[in-house]
Amino acid sequence: MSTAETTWISGPVLRARPDGPFRLRESVTVGEQALLGEVIRIAREEITVQLYEDTSGLRPGIEVTGSGRLLSIRVGPAILSGIFDGLLRPVGDTRDPYVKPGMQPQAARRFRFTPSVRVGDPVLPGAPIGQVSNGTGIEQRCLVPPDLPGGRITAIADAGEYPDDQPICWIEAHDGRRVTVAMTHDWPVRVPRPVTARLPSDDPMLTGQRVIDCLFPVARGGTGAIPGGFGTGKTVLLETVAKWCNADVIVYVGCGERGNEMAGLLAEFTELEDPRSGRPLLERTVVIANTSNMPVSAREASIYTGITVAEYFRDQGMNVTLMADSTSRWAEALREVSGRLGELPGEAGYPAYLSSRLADFYERAARVRTLGGEIGSVTLLGAVSPPSGDFSEPVTTHTKRYVGSLWGLDARRAQARFYPAIHPLQSYSLVAGNLARWWHASGCTRWEELRRRFLTLLEDEARLERMARIIGRDAMPARQRLVLICAQLVNECFLRQSAFSVNDRYASPARQAVMMRLIGSFIEGSERLLDAGVAPEAIRDQPVFRRLMRMGEEIEDGDWEAFSALDQELTATIRRLINETRE
Amino acid sequence: MTYARLVGEEIANRAEGPLLFLSRSLDVGLNEAVEVEGADGSVRLGRIAALDRESITVEMLDDTAGLALQGTRVRFFGEPLRFHVGPGLLGRVFNGIGKPLDGGPPLAAEHAYRVDGLPIKPTAREAPSEFLETGFTSIDLMNSLVRGQKLPLFSGGGLPHDRIAVDIACNARLPGGAGEEEQFAIVFAGIGIPHDSAEFFREEMEKSGALARTVLFLNLASDSSAQRLLAPRFALTAAEYLAFVEGMHVLVILTDLTNYCEALREVSASRGEVPSRKGYPGYMYSDLATLYERAGRIRGRPGSVTQVPILTMPNDDITHPIPDLTGYITEGQIVLDRDLHRRDIYPPIRLLPSLSRLMKDGIGKGRTHADHPALAAQLYASYSQAQQTRVLAGVVGEDGLSENDRKLLLFGDDFEQKVIHQGVDARTLEESMAAGWSALRGLPAGELHRLDDRQIREHLLDRVPRREPVS
Ligand SMILES: Nc1ncnc2c1ncn2[C@@H]1O[C@H](COP(=O)(O)OP(=O)(O)OP(=O)(O)O)[C@@H](O)[C@H]1O
Ligand SMILES: [Mg+2]
Repeated sequence: MSTAETTWISGPVLRARPDGPFRLRESVTVGEQALLGEVIRIAREEITVQLYEDTSGLRPGIEVTGSGRLLSIRVGPAILSGIFDGLLRPVGDTRDPYVKPGMQPQAARRFRFTPSVRVGDPVLPGAPIGQVSNGTGIEQRCLVPPDLPGGRITAIADAGEYPDDQPICWIEAHDGRRVTVAMTHDWPVRVPRPVTARLPSDDPMLTGQRVIDCLFPVARGGTGAIPGGFGTGKTVLLETVAKWCNADVIVYVGCGERGNEMAGLLAEFTELEDPRSGRPLLERTVVIANTSNMPVSAREASIYTGITVAEYFRDQGMNVTLMADSTSRWAEALREVSGRLGELPGEAGYPAYLSSRLADFYERAARVRTLGGEIGSVTLLGAVSPPSGDFSEPVTTHTKRYVGSLWGLDARRAQARFYPAIHPLQSYSLVAGNLARWWHASGCTRWEELRRRFLTLLEDEARLERMARIIGRDAMPARQRLVLICAQLVNECFLRQSAFSVNDRYASPARQAVMMRLIGSFIEGSERLLDAGVAPEAIRDQPVFRRLMRMGEEIEDGDWEAFSALDQELTATIRRLINETRE
Repeated sequence: MTYARLVGEEIANRAEGPLLFLSRSLDVGLNEAVEVEGADGSVRLGRIAALDRESITVEMLDDTAGLALQGTRVRFFGEPLRFHVGPGLLGRVFNGIGKPLDGGPPLAAEHAYRVDGLPIKPTAREAPSEFLETGFTSIDLMNSLVRGQKLPLFSGGGLPHDRIAVDIACNARLPGGAGEEEQFAIVFAGIGIPHDSAEFFREEMEKSGALARTVLFLNLASDSSAQRLLAPRFALTAAEYLAFVEGMHVLVILTDLTNYCEALREVSASRGEVPSRKGYPGYMYSDLATLYERAGRIRGRPGSVTQVPILTMPNDDITHPIPDLTGYITEGQIVLDRDLHRRDIYPPIRLLPSLSRLMKDGIGKGRTHADHPALAAQLYASYSQAQQTRVLAGVVGEDGLSENDRKLLLFGDDFEQKVIHQGVDARTLEESMAAGWSALRGLPAGELHRLDDRQIREHLLDRVPRREPVS
């Protein structure tokens, strides 16, 4: 492998004189501490290297050693339920509580391997050759790395425990080469892992959050972005989705955000149970943490590390959801690197390729047929932190062009502690139409109709609120006052959903459907009452209104009796009010 | 700082702005500290910012005016800038680079820590969850502070942020936490502040008897602006020592971060870097993070570092890069308001944009009071409704308002006068909660959707007969 001698160093960038060939984006190590870096520019006489670690103490003369391959991570069974930095180096060892330069990649670990193929079987790249268990609930697959050639199996290990970096399968390739497969393999983070086909997606990635699932849903293999100023609830929303969504594996990338948040997430995920498996949430989670005070260049890589990990699990036929908090910090890291290279700055100082990098990132989300012939998906959700909360800035505007769902957070809602502060008029879902069929099949036959109804109501509300500000609420016609009351119900009881309420933090599709239906009944019933001459305020002042407003808080998931009791109370109230006006 | 190993004589070739270029006659490394001694005996601190085979680029951390090339000696520390600390730190006063200003003896230098600190591994952090009572209702009840949190004050010129900081420093306590006092310390870093502010803080701490458990770092407005960048780092190094070595709970007050950011802009401009928003460098977010992220707790160690940084928003503009980037890093913010201040409301805290993100982990059953979260949520919901109604009333007049809207208006005034405003007296959390419940009594109970029926019954309805027992 080539080496180079450092001639200049400043901050996280060094230049060196090479004594052999280096490739662009090749990963290198520097000095005795083996600090990790990446070649970002090459000339015949000089390479430029960006380091992913603190460079204090480095000096001219220090040796740079090439690795011969692009910046890569080692994927394998040990990743699941682990916590890593932006380059997939474990940070779980807390004997030394501080992040210091020269951290090491995951050491080899032993796992139980059970082969699913036999000697003589033909294999293709990306095909599963056995099961791997890491002692937690989730069974993993061992795959032929996608970049190996196909061939025939010449030997395979018996069921048993092996170190994950040792060969367990021997293949004679079609071209005559002999290759080995271990439970782990290396993959360059900036290169998407290949698939057989990208598939359309008609299934929702359910989050348990009503405003998302029912109003602005995201599909499995789809993309969603959450723009919002500071403190509007991006992190809490991503964490809540990470807890309750129906993915098999969660990859949570904390990209340039807070250390305490990551600590809180780890503590919670250790305690909370996955509602579907009953196992601790951490067991289905991979955390990649590159907090704001950790080296900036590693922040840029952490997004790619995360998505590569997600694709690795997808290739095993799993549904994976990746959350990136926050993509803006990643874009800023991109800007810093670009600035150091002296590239011409574009909009707001970001490099001109910001848009295409964002496109490349979101493009890696998909529902696919894997090389092994199974169905898997990667759903991508990214937080966006616009400066001054202004959505017209480059990262937000470009992101909007590439995502299928957008959940715009509203500072005013957040200030009133109305959470999630997703503003219905600043959000959209391009896939809602495709997902209606799923809801119908699950028994919510009026899903589309009620969704449309709620959205119209919320649009009307915005218009009427403006009017109320001019003429006063009392001066408005009864029908319009009723619209405001119904919109209040939709907002307070359906859209609002505290992430910290034990009853309401998660809503199953069935519970969402019931609540939707009940609100629908209220809207229709109160319109009939209005036609019969009952004042909207009289409807609002009925005890059942308060019960409806608080049903999310008060009625547990699965307590269908309570919901039907409420339904009956509503019907009875409407009937009584109609009778009273008749008399 | 007595640990310089290598000395270079007559190696300075060129000086330009804050940069000094030296011949590379010695084998030194990036980021290491240097001391440049002029022929006139003046000593300036610097840091190695770049190296190539022939030369060393030093970034001076002191004003370079008056620096000559001839006759200068450069002492190389062989390591990044460190602060030597040890027992006896409390009660002392230092300048922005850790030199005693109080005429006292040099510190017992038992440990030497890099002033830049090191990132705590997320896995090594203990999630903060211990409620810290400050005596202010707007904080304790509405935006609770917990140990290990970083919660800045967003203020404006002429607002009483100094007073509030002093009150927090003097009153902060764990509820019911007797015997905790001796473990409690305050680190105050004045960053580019006027002499008067520094003096005000020192006097107030002395009056309250808290000076003996306080360490002061003063970088005055008249000191070099490059040193402004170091003052909070020295202060935080002292705080980390007190917290994680001596096991104390440390409250760090940094004021004024706006001066810090101005210095950052100045230094960046003099380096010729491409500026980002409003001329501040593109890396300001990451730079501020290296300060704010030093708040926290470490698992298995007793102490904590809690930060209350203070910044004055230029033009009272919360979207200005300084408060904006700060808000993106800190765990919430307490926003001061000129209008409330004009109306003599103290503390003049504007609640709607204020937020404590770690509040949820520190309050509620088993921590403060089971009904604390619901009460705060209801007060927030009602107060924000009241604010909207005020806007409405401003346009259509009170006559255009419904009965409920009028009640909301009254509630809004009542809330500001009796809950936010509390004058000079500190309140316990119980007193704060009582004030909150009392304000809610003016509203129709059925409208309080954030409270459950029991809470309404116990705290709002029952009270009336209880107060005036039927004889
Ligand atoms: N769904 C929710 N339910 C209850 N509370 C919430 C919810 N979302 C946000 N909050 C409250 O708002 C606070 C701020 O939310 P969060 O930390 O997610 O903001 P953010 O948008 O990630 O901000 P930043 O960009 O600064 O990281 C939280 O600490 C919490 O108190
Ligand atoms: Mg966040």
